[in-house]
This record gives sequence, C-alpha cells and structure tokens, in this order.
Amino acid sequence: MSDSIGMPRVRVATTSLAGCFGCHMSFLDMDERLLELAKVVEFDRSPLTDIKHCGPCDIGLIEGGVCNAENVHVLREFRRNCKTLVAVGACAINGGLPAQRNHLDLGDCLQQVYVKRDGIEEGGVPDDPELPLLLDRVHPIHEVVRVDYFIPGCPPSGDAIWKFLTDLIGGRTPRLAHPLLRFD
Amino acid sequence: MDSSLETAADREQLRRVVIDPVSRVEGHGKVTLLLDEDDHVREARLHIVEFRGFEVFIQGRPYWEVPVMVQRLCGICPVSHHLAASKAMDRVLGIPVTRSAEKLRRLMHYGQILQSHALHFFHLSSPDLLFGFESEVGKRNIVGVAAAYPEVARQGVLLRKFGQEVIRATAGKRIHGTGSVPGGMNRHLAVEDRDALRAEIDHMVEWSRAAVELVKRLHRADPALYDEFGRLRANVMSLVRADGAMDLYHGALRFRDADGKILIDKVPDQSYRSLIREQVKPWSYMKFPYLQQLGPDEGWYQVGPLARVQNCDFIPTPLAEAERREFIDHGRGEPVRATLAYHWARMIEMLHAAETIRDLLGDGDLLEGALLADGERGSEGVGIIEAPRGTLIHHYQVGGDDLVTMCNLIVSTTHNNQAMNTAVREVARRYLDGRKLTEGLLNHIEVAIRAYDPCLSCATHALGKMPLVLELADAGGEVVDRVVRE
Repeated sequence: MSDSIGMPRVRVATTSLAGCFGCHMSFLDMDERLLELAKVVEFDRSPLTDIKHCGPCDIGLIEGGVCNAENVHVLREFRRNCKTLVAVGACAINGGLPAQRNHLDLGDCLQQVYVKRDGIEEGGVPDDPELPLLLDRVHPIHEVVRVDYFIPGCPPSGDAIWKFLTDLIGGRTPRLAHPLLRFD
Repeated sequence: MDSSLETAADREQLRRVVIDPVSRVEGHGKVTLLLDEDDHVREARLHIVEFRGFEVFIQGRPYWEVPVMVQRLCGICPVSHHLAASKAMDRVLGIPVTRSAEKLRRLMHYGQILQSHALHFFHLSSPDLLFGFESEVGKRNIVGVAAAYPEVARQGVLLRKFGQEVIRATAGKRIHGTGSVPGGMNRHLAVEDRDALRAEIDHMVEWSRAAVELVKRLHRADPALYDEFGRLRANVMSLVRADGAMDLYHGALRFRDADGKILIDKVPDQSYRSLIREQVKPWSYMKFPYLQQLGPDEGWYQVGPLARVQNCDFIPTPLAEAERREFIDHGRGEPVRATLAYHWARMIEMLHAAETIRDLLGDGDLLEGALLADGERGSEGVGIIEAPRGTLIHHYQVGGDDLVTMCNLIVSTTHNNQAMNTAVREVARRYLDGRKLTEGLLNHIEVAIRAYDPCLSCATHALGKMPLVLELADAGGEVVDRVVRE
C-alpha cells in the first residue's frame, strides 16, 4: 500500500495487555490529527481493527503490563514482528495500578471474589481451559522482551503520542519536551 | 434463559472455532464455538479472559484515594468509576453534595456519555453498519470510514473530542482526572473553558441529531436485518429519576420485564443488594448477575442505552425526547428488542447528553459556589451511576482509620453478560448454523457483542485460577516467575 507520492506506508500495530485501554483512548485523543496520521500509516493488529494477529510491522505500541500467559504470547508476537517496540504508559513500563495485586495471595483473592463475597450464588473459581493462565505477579513488559522506547504517563497525552510518532515516522530521534513528559 | 447452546453434551467430539480476540471492543474477550461434523453449532460462549483484582486491592487503601484509583479500571469510562466511587464516599462521609459540586459532576458525566457514545458508534461500530458485516477486513475500521465517508468520520472524531474537552475542563485531564473528591469537587469550571465549550456546543447538538438520523436511515434501508438481528427477550434495569425521567447521574432502580411491564420501581441505590445476586460460571471471569426474585434462569436483564431509553417515562430534553417517542413508536406497542437497536438508542442518548451540556453551560453555579460541605461520618456507602454502558454499582465499607475494609463493584458490562451470551447464541443459530464459517460470518457474532459496547476490562475486577505450571522467562531466557496450580 502506498500514499500519493509512492512512499510505502508505515505499518503500526497496537495492543492492550493488562491495561485499561486509557492509552488507546489517548491515542484517539490525537483527534483530527488521527485523520492526518491515517494518510501515512496503515494499521495491523489493533483493538481498532479486525486483524487478529500481528504481522510484520514498523512500529508496535504496547499498553499494559503482563499478567497472564496470553499477555506473554501476544507481547512476544509483537516483538517478533515489530521493528520498533514501544512501551506506552505506566502499566507497560512498571506494571501500573494492576500491579497493586502483587503483594496479595492470588488464591485468597479468588476465594474472596468468587466464593466468599455476599450476593454470590453457586460460587466457585473459574477454571475453564479457555481462560488464560495467570501469573501471580504483574510484570512490566521489559522484563519479558527488549523494548526500544518508553512513553510515561497514566496515560501519556494524545499530544505526547503524536509528537513521538511524528518524530519516529519522520526519521528523527523521538524527543518529548518537558511539558509532555509526565507521569500522572 | 436460553441455555440450549451454553454447554454441549458431547464436547470432546466437537470441532472448536475461536474468535480471539473479539476486536473493536474495549477489553479482552473471546468467543468459542463448538461445531459438529455437519457444521451445526452446538455450543457458543463469550468468555471474558481478563482478570484484574481491584475489588481486593482497594481494600486497605484510604478512602480518599479510591475515586482516583478505581477509574483505572477503564480508560474509556474512567469518569463513571470516578463519580460512582465519589458518590459512595459522599455517603460514607455523610456529606450532602453542594449544588455547584453536583452540577459540575453532572457536566463531567454527560461529557463522558457524549465522548464514549461517539467513540463507540463512529470509531468502533460504524464500519460494520456502513460497509456491511462481511466487508473487507482491511477496510473495516475507522480509517476505512474516514476514506469512504470523510464527513461522518470527521464529525465522530470531533464529537468525541468535545466530550473529552468537557471532561478535561471539569476533571483536569481527559483521562484519569482528579476533579471529583469524596464529598464534592475540587474545582470550578473556568470561564475560558466555559466560553470555549459554548462556542462549539450548537455544532455538537446538530451533529448528534445527524447521528440519530444516520442510524434511522440504516434501519429504514434494511428493516429485516435491523429489526431481527440478535433479537431477544430480556428484562431491563436502570436508574430512573423520581419523576420517571431519564437521569444518568442519579436516581432509583427500576426493572421492567420483557413485555415492558414495571416489575420493581423506586428502589433506593443503597438497597441494591436486596435485588441482585450474582452467579459464577467456570468458563468466564465475568459473573452473571440476576434479579433475585426471578432466579438465575429468568432473572437476567439488560442494561445500557436500549434498556434506559425504554425504562424511563420521558427524556427531559426536547430533541432527545422527540427521538425517544419515535423509537418507542417503532416497536408498535412492543418493547424494541433488536440488538442493533442499541445503536439507535445510544445515539438518542448522545443527543440528550449534548442538550444537557448545552443547558448546564448556561448555569452560573458551575463558576462559583461552595464545592464541599461537612457531614456526619458513617462507615458504608453505595454509589450508583448510569455509565455509558449501563448501571454501575460501587459499594464500600470504611473503617474508623479511614481505610477501606470492603469493596464490591458490579459494573455495567457484567449486567449484560447473559444478554450478550444469549445474543451470540441467537446469531450463531440464525446465521452460522450448518454453514462453512468464513471471517465475515464470524464477524456477525462480533457485531452482536459490539452492539452492547462491552467494556471487558471493567468487568473483570476479579482474579482467576491457574490450573497448570507456568514459567515466565525474561528476554535472556532467565525464569523470572513461576506458578504452580493443581
């Protein structure tokens, strides 16, 4: 696929692992600039498309940390296929709020939520083989694969994601000026 | 309950087809179909495969952190969790929220309804409706819509942007803001933000009307599809204002049965537990709530736009009310139960949100007035709000040391769990049974799920079980985590 001047489009894949989709919402917070981006970019696997597996891509954006076997599998699929892999937001970088469960015993939590809580009928912990295996801790993605760039924030703003992507696509070293580099 | 396709008798003999991940929705879900050798669908399940743990790790945190922490359940509707938690904590603190604080929260909330409904319709669902369920995969997304229908895409993007700006102006940030606090708000609306929003709001009302028109055109163009696809009978639940009006910020609980008759009415939010119980099924991390008096088989219900538009007696803004009447007339005396009618109802609500924002922006209480009051401290509170996807329940107990001792959340999408599974089975039976499955046919299943606008991250605040041994190795092959479960 090419744009009007014959340059190949930059192929971008995105996914949310153990995250809240807030970083994807920030991606959409590029607002009208999304329509500009769409002229130079084509999307591969992403929650915004119906492509279910990541193929060869230029840029992979990862939201969320790693909390189960499926996350590990998807993250490795992205690393294998993406020339540049980017950890987007607090959860991908350090586990974020989901990592608050790291100090708890998983078994106790399961019992609390699925068996002991008031209002539960026919309680029992879900254990179907279709459900992915959980890790007992939530991990940042760099503990599992090599990561090329990290964009902090919970979530990073649409402006930060725009600046980063336009730098990268334009062949410049991505630089976030001080006001765009936030951790909240 | 339609359980005929929930569990096949001879599962080992059947062929498994999986849709994984369900795409153009928020969160992690997959659908499994079990087929026999003649391609008849014998089992169909929507699995929610994600776990979170919020309900557990919120316990032990100071109550004032909660409205900011829990919104990280969901980046699409953070305001819903931010406000439901704040409302519950208002109760804990015994604080009657001031007029200014409530209006500011309402403005934030209706901004969120506007942005979330625009996002869902334009960015996520419109490709199916504009191009067809079996259209080319590579085009079936918002970029494809932008190329084929640039004005539709532009209005969708700008409607969402406006809603996000309303949230920024009231919460401080577009996503995961801090404006609402237990007992009130921590900021007024700035005059410059008010003026900037006012300059745009008439466009937003117009474009919301156009969006309702677009959905009606789609219904008119293919009534057989729009009136029949995924049609099912269900009870409905939502908050309703004391006078019967739609109110997405506050009200009492009302249930109607599948014929539209009011079953239960005017139940105060603090008493939700007398109505609802939850069932656990081993194949999904998402629980299955039901109305206790009807039991799990008959007591499941729908929430969200399709439920709300038909559960209220009227919508308190004129343009949306006119659209509601036309919608009700479409049912010819019967409740409208077609799955795709969710989109129509959702766009009526988006119009209502735009009108409500327009009215609120003229209110001086947003700019000045007390933001916090004093109260008589208690130990327990329930906060219920109508989030974009439906009724959201937050329930907390707080100890004398200000730490949360109990947290129970029933989120919007969880209420729709059985309804979504039933819709999946209806569509599987009607469109897929006995046919060679193609990507386009499988997308029919996703179209039905998408209509509910599920927010699967929200719905999976619990933790799951690990039946096997799992090792996590880092990039160098070093094992960094190992889990063993029987």
